[in-house]
Amino acid sequence: MVSSEFWIIQTFNGLSYGALLFLLASGLSLIFGVMRVVNLAHGSYFMLGGYVGLSVVWRTGSFAAAVLAGAVAIGLIGIAMERLFLRRLPGQTLGQVLMTIGFALIFQDLALLIWGGDPYSIPVPRFLQGAVRAGALSFPTYRIFIIVVAVVVAALLWLALDRTRVGARIRAAVDDGEMAQGVGINVPTLSLAVFGLGACLAAAGGVIGGAFLGVYPGADFEVLPYAFVVVIVGGLGSLPGAMVGSLLVGLLDNFGKALFPELSYFTLFAPMALILALRPTGLFGRA
Amino acid sequence: MSRRTIAVLALATFLLALVAGLGTETARAQGGPIKIGFLSPLTGAASALGKDMLNGTELYLDEIGRQVAGRKIELIVEDTEGNTQTALTKARKLVDQDHVHILSGGLLASTGYAIHPFAEAQKIPTTYPVMSSDDLTQRKPAKWVVRTGWNSSQSTHALGDWVIKNTKYRKVAAVAADYAFGWESVGGFQRTFEEGGGQIVQKVWIPLNTNDFAPFLSQVKRDADAVFAVFFGKLALQFMKEYESNGLRGRVPLLSNGTTVDESVLPQMGDEALGTISTLHYSAALENPTNQRFAKAFEAKAGKIPSYYAETCYTNARWITEAIKAVGGKVEDREALLVALRKVELKDFPRGPVKIDTFGNPVQNVYIRKVERVGGKLQNTVFFTYPNVSQFWKYNPEEFLKLPLYTRDYPPCKSC
Repeated sequence: MVSSEFWIIQTFNGLSYGALLFLLASGLSLIFGVMRVVNLAHGSYFMLGGYVGLSVVWRTGSFAAAVLAGAVAIGLIGIAMERLFLRRLPGQTLGQVLMTIGFALIFQDLALLIWGGDPYSIPVPRFLQGAVRAGALSFPTYRIFIIVVAVVVAALLWLALDRTRVGARIRAAVDDGEMAQGVGINVPTLSLAVFGLGACLAAAGGVIGGAFLGVYPGADFEVLPYAFVVVIVGGLGSLPGAMVGSLLVGLLDNFGKALFPELSYFTLFAPMALILALRPTGLFGRA
Repeated sequence: MSRRTIAVLALATFLLALVAGLGTETARAQGGPIKIGFLSPLTGAASALGKDMLNGTELYLDEIGRQVAGRKIELIVEDTEGNTQTALTKARKLVDQDHVHILSGGLLASTGYAIHPFAEAQKIPTTYPVMSSDDLTQRKPAKWVVRTGWNSSQSTHALGDWVIKNTKYRKVAAVAADYAFGWESVGGFQRTFEEGGGQIVQKVWIPLNTNDFAPFLSQVKRDADAVFAVFFGKLALQFMKEYESNGLRGRVPLLSNGTTVDESVLPQMGDEALGTISTLHYSAALENPTNQRFAKAFEAKAGKIPSYYAETCYTNARWITEAIKAVGGKVEDREALLVALRKVELKDFPRGPVKIDTFGNPVQNVYIRKVERVGGKLQNTVFFTYPNVSQFWKYNPEEFLKLPLYTRDYPPCKSC
């Protein structure tokens, strides 16, 4: 069974799952980096994004519009959460955690109220259906699409963070918020923008992921541990960390499930524990 | 009046009041409403199924004006949150505080096993419309529990037989959710299929917390003649979609148990589900007059086509009221009510004729169905019927029960 074909297909599967995890986790990582907020409602952005996308697809039939609407709507929710609530608890880690988990539970009930409990799947446009054949191998087109989207998003984020003034300010705020504030960087506004962006990315991931993971009650808390593992492995607040972490988790999860299905949590969490023991700040994190 | 007299008088008055109170209590119980306690997951991940269960139950009770044998029926609904511990707590509340006469409902197999000893200890007549674990009515039956639904391997025994007799598929790969329901459904199929000369060439167990099916589906042997799948809810939805995008649809024909294409998920599926051949004791597309009427009424009430969860709870409600009629409304006589519950036999449930075996499981039709698009909508068209299927298929119950329960590794996969 363990042929080269197996390794190619499983690596591809792992990469595509990692790509989706990157969309989810990069925002979480950035938010933590700038604001030191452990946002337990991040999975909710993923789920709500999927639901909003679903409603838009039903009405307009357009997948692109669904991704856009989901990202914008949830981005606004993220901004409101930060501006109206989280900002009132600066530096209070426990208070913030409790508040975000409270939001997560409220979002869960709201979603149940609005969209009901039935599981749905977001329909994919024709040109993304089917598979690309290469000899005996076949690669689902939609998964190729996810990888492309993640690469584009990663490149844009990297350019923005590394090559622009705003990016430089964000990096400054990640390194030392107080000092950044001291030299005249408006950290609160920056935080707001980063929080909105993080929510946007998670929601876009929710719409895109909704096409193969489905949109259903409970999706929020199912994806959240994955996002945390990515961020912890990669290092909190680091974009390269989120990239490498997503790929690593995607591949580990995939090979773990393919080779040792009974141990799939072990193969995911044991490396995480190991990395934490050897490098407590994650692969790319700084103390 | 001496102090002593006053004390005696007070005591007497107190005793009188007590006796009078007891009297009215008994009188009230006899003439008061018949209380049915219903457990359903109304919040949490399974809430959509819970709503179907409740809608089905209410639909029947409303049809008879919530009244039977001259007494009113009071339905007391408790939310289990899809959690067995909560379900057991709520069952206690229904019996201890609400003093229900009949306990019913429940979704998860673990809930079934938890309520079993409770019903026995309380001697409370109990019905299970949904919970389908084989052993609830096989190796661990409970005197006070009557199953009005089905058991997991009942319909898959039939499918294994059908595939042998009607197709050329001889090598089948099983892809199923990794828990008791999946194991039992696969076990039933494997037994009849292999006894007929087929081979299960692979068993791919998919953990319930799976998000991504690709690592599992890319392992499915491409030379299998067909795949037999067992899923439910969102897993079914994802499975169907991933079966197509991983290039299996069109190459390897798909067989499944009933829940994989149940009407609780079928409307949310697309063309990827077309052609799937499945087996269950119900289909919303059954053409008998009772089902036609039921399906129409359910759609009017709930705004969606009935799932098997809806039908089984509708039937369950009717089953209970038939038993109440048989005891003339005297539900306080629990033994008599239990006997009556075990005697219900009707020809015209939406799912067809049903009677009950000595272990407390229904003997009923099993339908072989195919997903088709009719009038723009997907449905499970019934094209073959196995009449009066027992939970023991065609085997002798005693010999059947000597073998182990179907599990992950039983029957063993000899051809894997």
